[in-house]
Amino acid sequence: MRTFYPENIEDVALGAAVLGTGGGGDPYVGKLMAIQAMRKHGPVTLLDLDEVDDDSLIVPSAMMGAPTVMVEKLPKGDEIIKAFQSLEAYLGRKIDATMSIEAGGLNSTTPFTVAASLGLPLVDADSMGRAFPEIQMVTFTLHGISATPMAMADEKGNSAILNTISNRWTETFSRSITIDMGCTAMIALYSVTGRQLKQAAIPGTISFAEKIGRTIREAQAAKKDVIAAVMAVTGGFRVFHGKVVDVQRRTERGFARGEATIEGTDECGGSSLTIRFQNEHLVAIRDGEIVVSVPDLITVLDAENGEAITTEGMRYGYRVVVLGIPVTPKWRTPAGLEIVGPRYFGYDVEYVPVEERFG
Amino acid sequence: MCIKTTMRIGIDVGGTNTDAVLMEGHRVIDWYKTPTTPDVSTGITTALKNVLEQTDTSVDRIDGVMIGTTHFTNAVVERKRLMPTAAIRLGLPATECLPPMVDWPPDLREAIGNHTYLAHGGHEFDGRTISTFDEGEIREICGQIKDQGVRAIAISSVFSPVSPEFEQRAAEIVRDEIPEATITLSYDIGRIGLLERENAAIMNACLGDLARAIVRSFEGALREMGIDAPFYLSQNDGTLMGAEYAEKYPVFTFASGPTNSMRGAAFLSGAKDAAVVDLGGTTSDVGMLSGGFPREASVAVDIGGVRTNFRMPDVYSFGLGGGSIVKRSPLQIGPQSVGYELTTKGLIFGGSVLTTTDVAVAGGLVDIGDKEAVASLDKDFVETVLEAIQTKIDVAVDRMKTSAQPIPVIVVGGGSILVSRPIEGASEMIKPDHFSVANAIGAAIAQVGGETDRIFALAEMSRDEALDQARQEAVGRAVAAGADKETVEIVDVEEVPLTYLPSNATRIRVKAVGDLRLSQGE
Repeated sequence: MRTFYPENIEDVALGAAVLGTGGGGDPYVGKLMAIQAMRKHGPVTLLDLDEVDDDSLIVPSAMMGAPTVMVEKLPKGDEIIKAFQSLEAYLGRKIDATMSIEAGGLNSTTPFTVAASLGLPLVDADSMGRAFPEIQMVTFTLHGISATPMAMADEKGNSAILNTISNRWTETFSRSITIDMGCTAMIALYSVTGRQLKQAAIPGTISFAEKIGRTIREAQAAKKDVIAAVMAVTGGFRVFHGKVVDVQRRTERGFARGEATIEGTDECGGSSLTIRFQNEHLVAIRDGEIVVSVPDLITVLDAENGEAITTEGMRYGYRVVVLGIPVTPKWRTPAGLEIVGPRYFGYDVEYVPVEERFG
Repeated sequence: MCIKTTMRIGIDVGGTNTDAVLMEGHRVIDWYKTPTTPDVSTGITTALKNVLEQTDTSVDRIDGVMIGTTHFTNAVVERKRLMPTAAIRLGLPATECLPPMVDWPPDLREAIGNHTYLAHGGHEFDGRTISTFDEGEIREICGQIKDQGVRAIAISSVFSPVSPEFEQRAAEIVRDEIPEATITLSYDIGRIGLLERENAAIMNACLGDLARAIVRSFEGALREMGIDAPFYLSQNDGTLMGAEYAEKYPVFTFASGPTNSMRGAAFLSGAKDAAVVDLGGTTSDVGMLSGGFPREASVAVDIGGVRTNFRMPDVYSFGLGGGSIVKRSPLQIGPQSVGYELTTKGLIFGGSVLTTTDVAVAGGLVDIGDKEAVASLDKDFVETVLEAIQTKIDVAVDRMKTSAQPIPVIVVGGGSILVSRPIEGASEMIKPDHFSVANAIGAAIAQVGGETDRIFALAEMSRDEALDQARQEAVGRAVAAGADKETVEIVDVEEVPLTYLPSNATRIRVKAVGDLRLSQGE
């Protein structure tokens, strides 16, 4: 158990951006919201997974939508309270704690906003180990846990409760509601007992994000090689480096879709890397060949300061380093690959673990 | 063609000194440095008069005057000469959790009065409105603003880069209710990213009075000299803008100082990859040259503690300069500075304030003013102060390096007299000829740009065709603004897809930049 104060949020946001693989939303907005909420309501208690009572009810909280919209249409502030309250009313019991559904990006800090505002503890865990574009892409799905009943709320005061026959259907319906809400919504879903959580969740991801953030910050202060430090703490590999020469980005069916092209420099000179994304980076294609793919993490870092760059932050002219980080083993099983492997996203290739190509 | 023989004057108006440099083509003919005057124009006239007289150049030979100034950045950093400003944001019920200026340093917020107003309006990403624009609500807000005596207003609407309609309508109402208002619309200033764009708009608005005063004083100085060549101000990206544009958009000058000094340093030293330390009168900047151009900050750029998304050089500023006040116990150097009053307040000039320049004279680094006035300073004290100054510089350079590897360091600016030994971490220290006026040279060699920013229907043409057309238009505009066609290059391309318009529309913005094409003087 730890107490989290507003000043601890910075490291979490910084590390979560690395796990966000280009998506997950702008860490700045998530960070500011969490800090505002914690300043107003007080610090947040972070619980280890094994400290959670087997019979308690934990409900993850998150912001859903397109990152290109999240930096522009900021929330009203009480949406998540509405979502939680409508879920509690529906379930007929109080929610005991909240957690992050995805540790990559701003959904690492969103649950802090919720925990502070509602006076709930936060569990140190998540269900992706990174960020993924679709709602069913969580370890809960691998364990047969249903995403619904799911509550959604927008800034206008609208809220909805969904019940579906599968988590894939949850993605379909909740995505179309999110689009109608303007491509951002606050959501509460995947209600689990402590017992289920201990079986299905990925433990310690919030602390892991914090650790990555602290590593970056300390390496920067010590003028050490930040990229090398990030590789060491994440177990990642250097895939490519160069200058961004083109970014094509459009908001389509609720996602920020497109691709970014990087022209290689130094040892990568003469070569070109294209990263395709759907909120998060999906595949890295070098001179026509896919060299890294989901579910492994493809992260783009600023070549100068080692900080992660989001897809909406990518600009022509930036100097970047691309890392490939091995994903948590749960996702490499056949069941896992069916949900988050390259084929699901339309790339007809066998998944090759990043360490096999770059280790 | 013309560049070889045009006569240009580059002027840098710093916090302490005003420098003027006369250039013929790429050749520095002569220069003059004089203290910046409170009214600004007297200092400019003095610098101009002297550099023309020194070289026996008649005013009709001048083809263009380029002015770079840090007045606007300084005003924000020092929290001085800023107008009380109202920030109106359209987008309720959205955005309420993070109101305008929520992450601003409290003293800056207070300096402009902390007037924030949230109203209905704003757009969704696809052009639908978030809520209905309410004219009555805006008039109500105007009433409150008027009651407070506030005349500077920044208007930001959610997704205004996609649809500026509500910002424009709100501006009309404000102009109607408060005719004397200075209005800045966020979509004119920035890109997607509400908080950053709004911040830039608020900063632009609060500089309104200062912008008018500064530009008028520049005009007055030139008129007094009988110079009727065109005059330009330096922008953030190293290009020039006309006076009228500068009055409306002072924020576009924010980084012109560092940009000019780095481009001047690159020009003078011929170095492509190096650190550039520009030591001024009150503040100093460290930037990095990469391939001859300033390295750009890739993420949000902080101005006076406020987050923005301007594309600007990555520069670290610190409070050390030739006018920095030295306090004895405990030893403190700056950030307070006598600034342009050095020549009256410094000990060597008969004043009573101990400044870093006084210590430099006492230490024998430079011989100006009356060195007898500082002869009594204790030798050990002088050494300690000089070392403390040097350490500040070492630390600043180190902060900007990205590895422990030594790199060349180019030192420019009038405050370079403070450097007493090699800089830590430098493989070599380059102090080029004319180092003290690198800024003014950077202004003089600046280029001019043209931009196109409009909507293309991708159903009617391919994306490549649209980009091509946008590029051609930008090049055309650069040439129309005065660029030599042969030197024009594309420096920035940005795309914002607009899913709400039929025919798959996208908004493309392209900036092209080229050398200024000046006609020869008669």
